[in-house]
Amino acid sequence: MNAAEPVLVVHNLRKKYPKVEALKGISLSLPQGEIWGLLGPNGSGKSTLLKCVAGLVRPDGGEIAILGTPPSRASKAQIAFVPEVESLYRWMTVRQVLEFTSAFYDDWQKDSEEELLEFMRLDPRAKVSTLSKGMRARLRLVLALARRAPLILLDEPFSGIDPSSRDRIVEGIVRQFKGEEQTIIISTHAVGDTEQLFDAVVFLHEGSIILQGSAEELRASRGKSINDLFKEVFA
Amino acid sequence: MDLEFSTSIPIYLQIIEEFKRQIATGQLRPGDKLPSQRDLAAQLKVNANTVQRAYREMEILGLVETLRGQGTFVRQTEEIVEGTREEMLTNLVDDFVAAMQSLGLTMADTLELVKTRFRERELAQGGLKDERS
Repeated sequence: MNAAEPVLVVHNLRKKYPKVEALKGISLSLPQGEIWGLLGPNGSGKSTLLKCVAGLVRPDGGEIAILGTPPSRASKAQIAFVPEVESLYRWMTVRQVLEFTSAFYDDWQKDSEEELLEFMRLDPRAKVSTLSKGMRARLRLVLALARRAPLILLDEPFSGIDPSSRDRIVEGIVRQFKGEEQTIIISTHAVGDTEQLFDAVVFLHEGSIILQGSAEELRASRGKSINDLFKEVFA
Repeated sequence: MDLEFSTSIPIYLQIIEEFKRQIATGQLRPGDKLPSQRDLAAQLKVNANTVQRAYREMEILGLVETLRGQGTFVRQTEEIVEGTREEMLTNLVDDFVAAMQSLGLTMADTLELVKTRFRERELAQGGLKDERS
């Protein structure tokens, strides 16, 4: 469908930690303009893969190309990465977090920021330390979606947050997704009601890809929801 | 669009079915404008590419047309409305007949049952109307 260059190509990626082989030769090619679900239980290698792509973890072997170039200082400008672990300064206000973060990026969209703040029902004057976990998750999403980055990586954005924040985040992603010029990878260990977000899904198990494909084709060929397929594969 | 979709069937197909239903029942009439793809995606909380695919298929089917810069509209063709209606009716009757057969009913039994139920419903609806007037 898309003739443009893939936004991300991963070839035979390997990463070993002292006690565990986190990635056992992962290969992937992501077209521009899609939302991908990276699905697998805890410890399947999702975070390691995202961190390698973000240039935060050095792989032991294989190649990564982001719009044709390996992870580098330059490629970090192309990627908005929201790690699973929070790194917000709790003494800042929401507005200060946004100002602080936006200063790092040339592709920051002030109008998207305002739109997202309102949609996420975040009070710019509120201190981070007073926000619930769900509200902090919303704020972290704003930080990624306010950028016009070609590649957005969201590591477990729905993990451990209340259903209403979860809903807001799903809808926020749908609303802000910039289509052709953007690709989003979302990792999750609980597919639940987020599956309608995904164009394609990758099932990761113990560092290997065990299933991958278009979400709609999988529904058609298996007669199952992605959530049911997930439960079946990882039962 | 108020759509409770099943995630075990391709979502774009369910969006098409819902529009077909609205066209066949007259909720959407020829010339009516469809919601923008972005709005519908936000409303249904589905990926915009899924909505785009549904709209593209509906265009190929001749149900709708997209006018550059103006939006997507239900086509002006009565025969498409008629065709969609017929298709829906056929599907409904097929499902019904299959269900009756699986319960072991003959055609005669089924027809008799349909007639009875039809009359009862009409009576009930007529009764309601009378009460209101």
